[in-house]
Amino acid sequence: MSELKIVIVGHVDHGKSTLIGRLLADTGSVPDDRIEAVRRRCVDQGKDMEYAFLLDALEEEQAQGITLDTTRIQFHSAQRNYVIIDAPGHKEFLKNMISGASDADAAFLLIDAEEGVREQTRRHATILKLLGIRQIHVVINKMDLVGYEQAVFEQIVAVCTDALAQVELQALSYIPMAAKHGENILARSAHLDWYQGRTLIETIDTLKAQHPEADAPTRLPVQDIYKFDHRRIVAGRLESGTLQVGDTIVCWPQGTRTRIKSLESWQRNQPLTTLTAGMSVGVTLEDPVFLQRGTVIAREEAPPLVGDHLKVTIYWLGQQPLRAGKRYTIKLTTQETTCEVAAIDHVYDSSDLSTADALDQVPTNFVGEVTLRTKQPLAFDLFTQVAETGRFVILDGFEVSGGGSIVGLADAVNQAKSQREAEPAAPRQVFRKKLKRSIVIEK
Amino acid sequence: MDQLEKLESESIFIIREAYQKYKKIAMLWSIGKDSTVLLHLARKAFYGHCPIPLVHIDTTYKIPEMIAYRDKIAQEWNLKLVVGSNDQALQNGMGPDKGRLTCCNALKTEGLQQVMAQYEFQGLLMGIRRDEEGSRGKERYFSPRNADFEWNYKEQPPELWNQFQTEFPEGTHVRVHPLLHWTELNVWQYILRENIPIIDLYFAKNGRRYRSLGCAPCTTPITSEAITIEEIIEELKNTNVTERSGRAQDQVDAYAMQKLRVRGYM
Ligand SMILES: Nc1nc2c(ncn2[C@@H]2O[C@H](COP(=O)(O)OP(=O)(O)OP(=O)(O)O)[C@@H](O)[C@H]2O)c(=O)[nH]1
Repeated sequence: MSELKIVIVGHVDHGKSTLIGRLLADTGSVPDDRIEAVRRRCVDQGKDMEYAFLLDALEEEQAQGITLDTTRIQFHSAQRNYVIIDAPGHKEFLKNMISGASDADAAFLLIDAEEGVREQTRRHATILKLLGIRQIHVVINKMDLVGYEQAVFEQIVAVCTDALAQVELQALSYIPMAAKHGENILARSAHLDWYQGRTLIETIDTLKAQHPEADAPTRLPVQDIYKFDHRRIVAGRLESGTLQVGDTIVCWPQGTRTRIKSLESWQRNQPLTTLTAGMSVGVTLEDPVFLQRGTVIAREEAPPLVGDHLKVTIYWLGQQPLRAGKRYTIKLTTQETTCEVAAIDHVYDSSDLSTADALDQVPTNFVGEVTLRTKQPLAFDLFTQVAETGRFVILDGFEVSGGGSIVGLADAVNQAKSQREAEPAAPRQVFRKKLKRSIVIEK
Repeated sequence: MDQLEKLESESIFIIREAYQKYKKIAMLWSIGKDSTVLLHLARKAFYGHCPIPLVHIDTTYKIPEMIAYRDKIAQEWNLKLVVGSNDQALQNGMGPDKGRLTCCNALKTEGLQQVMAQYEFQGLLMGIRRDEEGSRGKERYFSPRNADFEWNYKEQPPELWNQFQTEFPEGTHVRVHPLLHWTELNVWQYILRENIPIIDLYFAKNGRRYRSLGCAPCTTPITSEAITIEEIIEELKNTNVTERSGRAQDQVDAYAMQKLRVRGYM
C-alpha cells in the first residue's frame, strides 16, 4: 500500500511538534541516540524532556520553543507507511504552514485544552478547507492542565464543531490527549477513562489515501521536450488518468490531435504498458505536432476547460496585498503566464471570516474570490473535478505570494447559462474548442 | 505505484524541472550512496543520458578508494566531471587539525564556492535528505543561496503542489534537492532494486563498514557484518543509531550542522 500524508496543524504552542515527537519516540521510529541527544540538551538547559526538539532542530526553534518551518518524517505503523508533517502554528509562518499542508491526505487539528479555539485554529481550518483536505480529526491536547475534565473537553468540542461548520467542515472525531505524557497516543490513560474512542495511532490507521479516481480524465502537462537518440520525447508527470500506446490524444490549448506512439523507459525489466497518475513519464507521438512546455495532453473523450478568464478562490500570502489591475504571474501545472485581477467579488479574513469592505485588494492572510484574466489561454479543470489541474500559485515578482483553486470559467459561466436556456448541453462541451488538424512543424 | 516508484517519480520530476529552468546547472557527486542514486535518477530522467555535468569537491583527505571508484564510473557512464579543490587553503596547510568546522568550511564550502564562481552555475543538484539530520529536515526542494553562499532558513519560499520558486535576484544560486523526501532505508532498497553499483566501502570488511562517507580523518566506520545490500537493509531496520554518528563534524556541538550549512555547506 502506498504512503499517506498527514499534517498536524493548530494554534501556536498547542503541542503539534510534541505530539509528533512523542509518536515517533513511542513507536521506536527515531534512533535512540537522537532521543538521547535531545534529552541531554534539555537537562543542560534545565528543562523537562521536550519531544518537540526531535522536529524543531534549529537553534532558534529550540531557544524560543516554537516551530519556524515545516518538516516531514516517514513513519510506519504495523499497517502502512505514513509521512507526518509538522506545521508551524505562529501567524508569521503561515506560508510555511501551507507549504507543509498543501499535499496532505489528512489533517489533525490540535487545540490546547486550557486555551481552547484560538485565532490560528480557525485560520488553519479555513486553509484546510481551501486545500480540499476533508479527512480531519481534532485533538484536544494538554488535558493534564485541565485535570482531565470531561466537561472541558465537551465544551471545546462544541465550540470547535461550530467553528468548523462555519467553513463547511466536519471533524471525523475528537480525541482528548496529553501529548507530552504520551496519553492516548499509543497508550490509553487511566486519567481519560471516560473516553471510549480511538487513540491517535488507531485513528491514523483508519485514514484513507486520497487516491485519484481510476476513471479520472487524463492530464499530462508537458514539462520538457528531449531530443535524445533521434527521438522526440515529450516528458512530464501524468497528473491524472492513464495513457496507453495508440490512445488518441489532443494537445491543449491548441487543440491538435494525434496518437501516442510509444511509452519511453530506460533499464526496465518489463516494458511499460500503461502510464498511471503520478508517474514521471516520456512519450513519443505519431505526428510531429506543435508542443511546448505547458501544453496539456488529454485523451480525446475528456478535454479540459480552456480559457483566459478564470473564477478563482485565492489565499493571499504576499507581503503586499493582491491588487486589482496589477500584473502577476500565474503557474498552473507547467503552464506559466502573466495575469491580472479583473474583478474582486468577495474578500474575507481567513480567521474570523469577517468581510473586508474594500474590493480593490486582498490583504495578507485574507481569502479573495476573484476573476483573473490571463495573457495566454490556459488549459485547466475545476478544482472539484481534477484537483491537480484545478489549482495554481500566483507570483508577485519572483515570490510565490498566493495559492488558489479554480471554481469556474468566467466567460463560459455566462456562455453556459445562455446555452442552457437555449438547449440543454453538458457545460464541458460548451468550452470545448473545435479540434484542429495536426499542425506539422517538422518533417 | 509502490513506495519506491513514487519516490523515484517525484525525484525525476524535480530533476527535470531543474534542468528545464537552469541553463548552467551541475550535480554534486560526493561518490557516496545518495549522490550516486541521484546520478542514477538523472540517467533515468533523461533515458540513459546525463546532460548535467558532475562536480566533485576533492578535499585531498578523501578515502583513496573513493577517487578510484569516481574515475572508473565517470568513464564507464561517459560523464562530464569537474573536480574542484581549494588549492590556496591546502597550500596554507588547511586540515582537520585547524578545527573540524574550519576545515569543512574551507575545503568543502569554499572549494564549492570557487567551482560555482568559475563555471557560473545557477543551479546545483544535491542528494541531501531530510532524515539525515535536523537542519536538513527544514530544507526546501529548491533552496536559494545568496551571493555570499548563505542560507536564509528563516525566510524560505513557499512550496505548494510541486510549484517551486525557481527564479531569484541576480547572484543567487539554487540548491535543488530531489532526494529530500527519501530515507536512508529507501536509498538502500532502491539501490538493491535498481542494481546501482555502489562503492564497496559501504560493505563490511573485518567487522566494520562505512555507513556515511566523508574525509578519512573525520569519518569512522561502524561495527557491522553486513556484506550485501540485503544485509545492510536488515541492519538498518534494526539499528537504533543515527546515520551520521560516524561523522566527526556533526558532533562538534549541538547545532554544528546548522552553523556549517548556513554558510553554504552541503
Ligand atoms: N502540560 C502539557 N504540556 C504540553 C503537552 N503537549 C505539549 N506541551 C508543551 O507545550 C509547549 C509547546 O509544544 P510544541 O509541541 O512546541 O507546540 P507546537 O504546537 O508545535 O508549537 P508551534 O509549532 O510553534 O506552533 C511545549 O513546552 C510542550 O512541552 C501536554 O500534553 N501537556
